[in-house]
Amino acid sequence: MLVWSRPGRMLIWLVFSLLFGVLFLAPLAVILLSSLADQWNGVLPSGFTVEHYTDVAQGAAWKAVKASLVTGFLASALALVSGTWAALALRIQDATLARLLGVLFFIPSAVPSVSVGLGLLVAFSHPPLLLNGTIAIVMVAHFVLISAFTFGNVSAGLARLSPDFEQVASSLGARPAYRLWHVTLPLLTPYLVAAFGLSFALSMGELGATVMVYPPGWVTLPVSIFSLTDRGDVFAGAALTMVLVAVTLILLLGLERVTGRQTRS
Amino acid sequence: MPGRFWIVPPAALLALLFFYPLALIVQQAFTDDSGMANVAEFARVLHARFFLNALINTITISVAATAGCLVVGLVLGLILAFVPFPGSGVIARLIDTFIALPTFLVTLAFTFLYGSAGMLNAGLMEVFSLQAPPVNFLYSTWGVVLAEVTVYSPFVLRPLLAAFSLVDRGQIEAASVLGARPFRIVRQVILPAAVPALIAGGSLCLLLTVNEFGIVLFIGAKGVITLPLLIYSKAIQESAYQVACIIAVINIALSLGLFGLYRFAAGRLGA
Repeated sequence: MLVWSRPGRMLIWLVFSLLFGVLFLAPLAVILLSSLADQWNGVLPSGFTVEHYTDVAQGAAWKAVKASLVTGFLASALALVSGTWAALALRIQDATLARLLGVLFFIPSAVPSVSVGLGLLVAFSHPPLLLNGTIAIVMVAHFVLISAFTFGNVSAGLARLSPDFEQVASSLGARPAYRLWHVTLPLLTPYLVAAFGLSFALSMGELGATVMVYPPGWVTLPVSIFSLTDRGDVFAGAALTMVLVAVTLILLLGLERVTGRQTRS
Repeated sequence: MPGRFWIVPPAALLALLFFYPLALIVQQAFTDDSGMANVAEFARVLHARFFLNALINTITISVAATAGCLVVGLVLGLILAFVPFPGSGVIARLIDTFIALPTFLVTLAFTFLYGSAGMLNAGLMEVFSLQAPPVNFLYSTWGVVLAEVTVYSPFVLRPLLAAFSLVDRGQIEAASVLGARPFRIVRQVILPAAVPALIAGGSLCLLLTVNEFGIVLFIGAKGVITLPLLIYSKAIQESAYQVACIIAVINIALSLGLFGLYRFAAGRLGA
């Protein structure tokens, strides 16, 4: 405790609630409020309705939720496999090369998403690698953008893993494949689940690369939210944003429960 | 298969899907229509008004937002770590989940809060019976800056709380028993321990704000064009792919420079 006097602490907590309220609480609350607002001409909405939700449910919402979930799942699964593979393979490289390659695997997270989309358009718009106009290019864009995060999470997990278990397994005569499958990967599972959850959440909110490459008919949640608000339909946009937030939070909480159970047992 | 070749499949995948497209962007930026190497177009874009404006906007927004994130992150972190209150742990986790939410959410919320027909303006117009909305900062650089401070200060708060958890509580109590005022304890005991986390979080904020797209797109102000938005509008709305590639080369170079800074800072931190 840094501040001992009661009035001092009260003042500091007041500052905190102001900052927290204005910066974090108000935006979330106002999105929720506007998604339920009937008419909003004054300070507060004059009435409430679930009309915006039924509108988006009849309109683009289901297709958008499906596009986002399918894209997020496939891109995160591929990123998980390739990120875990890369992190494991780097452990058996010599140190200098491992450090260099490690940086290369991180670089996609540093490049602006719009440029990733632009690069895919430039590279894959001609045969034999014609991806432009297909659903696959959206998955590829999401995979590239989240691959660095999965790689980073799994590498961090590997670094924290105690080497004892693997050494014991080896000294008992376990072959590398057996050791990987029965010792290393089970120990890594909490990190793998966390990495999958984070990349899924990032994919659900991805906008920059998606607006560059998405084909008609595969409109993700963020893109349809943008086209709604761009048309001036801000209330429907708010309702669809709430859908996006809810889906993301349910996913994250669900995965957290899985990891929580794993680490306790 | 010898062990060191296991790295080839994931590396090849990344090379095909990321580094090859990146190389093509650079190639497009420096070749003319006939396929010859040519820097004339590159030089023309570099001197163009629209590009310089976007570059200045991007840097101004990024620096201002990062400064804001550092201040907000530091204030929130100090209170959460050293003047905790019932429920502060839950609040810290709630702020942390902002990292997982889409950035444009905040912009959309700001239009309801501070937009010309938003709550703040409606309230002020009602109370002071004004004819025009008095608060107009949202559709300017400052609207983008405020939105980015909200979105990115959790990226400062996270390493900061980790650093604060290592600060010896006994040292703080000893200092305060010896009569040191809170400000002095913060300056002489806590801040030195927080500097690496502030540098790492701050350089990450610089990188993320330079690359930010959703916030700027959603505010949609005519005067606030940044490099990523310019790439989007040149490529998608004007189909000027070479110009888009040239701007992308500069944006990527800027981002990679900041990424290097972040890696250096995080390396010093021991992360």
